[in-house]
Amino acid sequence: MSSLTHEIEKMYTPKKEYPKFKVGDTVRVHYKIKEGDKERIQVFEGVVIRIRGAGLNKTFTVRKESFNVGIERIFPYYSPNIEKIEVSKIGKVRRAKLYFLRDLQGKEAARKIKEIKIWDYEAKEKRKAEERRKREEEKKAMEGAETEANEVREEEKQVQESKEQ
Amino acid sequence: MPLGMIGRKLGMTQVFLKDGTALPVTAIEIPVNYIVQIKTVEKDGYSAIQVGAFEEKEKNTPKPMLIKFQKVGLKPLKVLKEFKVDDVSSFKEGQQLVITDIFNVGDLVDVVGTSKGRGFAGAMKRWDFAGFPRSHGHRYHRAVGAIGNRTDPGRVWKGKKMPGHYGNETVRVQGLLIVDIIPERNVILVKGSIPGPSKGIVYIEKSKISNRKSQRLKLQRLKHISEQLIKVGEEV
Repeated sequence: MSSLTHEIEKMYTPKKEYPKFKVGDTVRVHYKIKEGDKERIQVFEGVVIRIRGAGLNKTFTVRKESFNVGIERIFPYYSPNIEKIEVSKIGKVRRAKLYFLRDLQGKEAARKIKEIKIWDYEAKEKRKAEERRKREEEKKAMEGAETEANEVREEEKQVQESKEQ
Repeated sequence: MPLGMIGRKLGMTQVFLKDGTALPVTAIEIPVNYIVQIKTVEKDGYSAIQVGAFEEKEKNTPKPMLIKFQKVGLKPLKVLKEFKVDDVSSFKEGQQLVITDIFNVGDLVDVVGTSKGRGFAGAMKRWDFAGFPRSHGHRYHRAVGAIGNRTDPGRVWKGKKMPGHYGNETVRVQGLLIVDIIPERNVILVKGSIPGPSKGIVYIEKSKISNRKSQRLKLQRLKHISEQLIKVGEEV
């Protein structure tokens, strides 16, 4: 994709702010539905089993089970019909696509996704951000020291050269 | 016949309408076009306008062409294309053309381009032949099959669909809707696909079949698109 196409796609991308969610999380998608000339909002709650595509083309698939029948729905990420998205559970999974859930049912499927409590997750994220910040600071300090050392070395060199002359 | 323009295919993407429909669109870059030559009935026997686009380095332009551009006071251009125009009195040589001079949102246009080359292709790819089963004891899979009868006619019919060179030919896609125009970026969006690869040169002109009843009905059907499109920067 050329950079201009990319830019145009960006121009047409609606500004949408969803909470961060990833594969394995349980989300509530508030979706606008038109019946005749009436509009109402339907909530679809389930596990995100796939996020694919990029830019305007991005979609995600939500799977739920109702009356022992699995239901999957694909939502375009930037669809204007999505009113809002809520993250109700954060799940820890080891796969990017949870297709294996299709072969499982009920409790068996639920057991495969390890739930992380939201406060735990937030604390973990905070800790990660802190660590990242520290690492960056250290890196900066190191770089600063290096440049100083370089400067000192150059000065020495100049002194030597002047002496030789 | 109205004037057309020279452009470059950028690639495909999708845009959303207010009701949530995703619309497949092709982005075409149409830079500033220049009128290089005007042909008239008195001088050339027919009336047409030669349009040029995409600037070229002087050292890469043949000298006769260079002189031709210098005569009308233009920089050398890479691509030239002639469009037949009935009334040329309102144009002059060296004139600049931008998208909004010629096209409007909601117009039907034809796009002419060179399709992707596929080399020597078999009958299944080239003509959509069904082929033969892949298994159950078959040893004859993607070949053409029979190509004629017996003593009568005793030859193969002319124009028989057979393997051969496919693609890399001029293709015209008719009746594409202009979904949106972005003048500051020199880009238009048309609904559907157009021939050729991304970065391929294409010619865009007013649809030759736009007067047909079917096309008028189509336009009526697609009218809501330009009204419903979520424009750049618009909030829903």
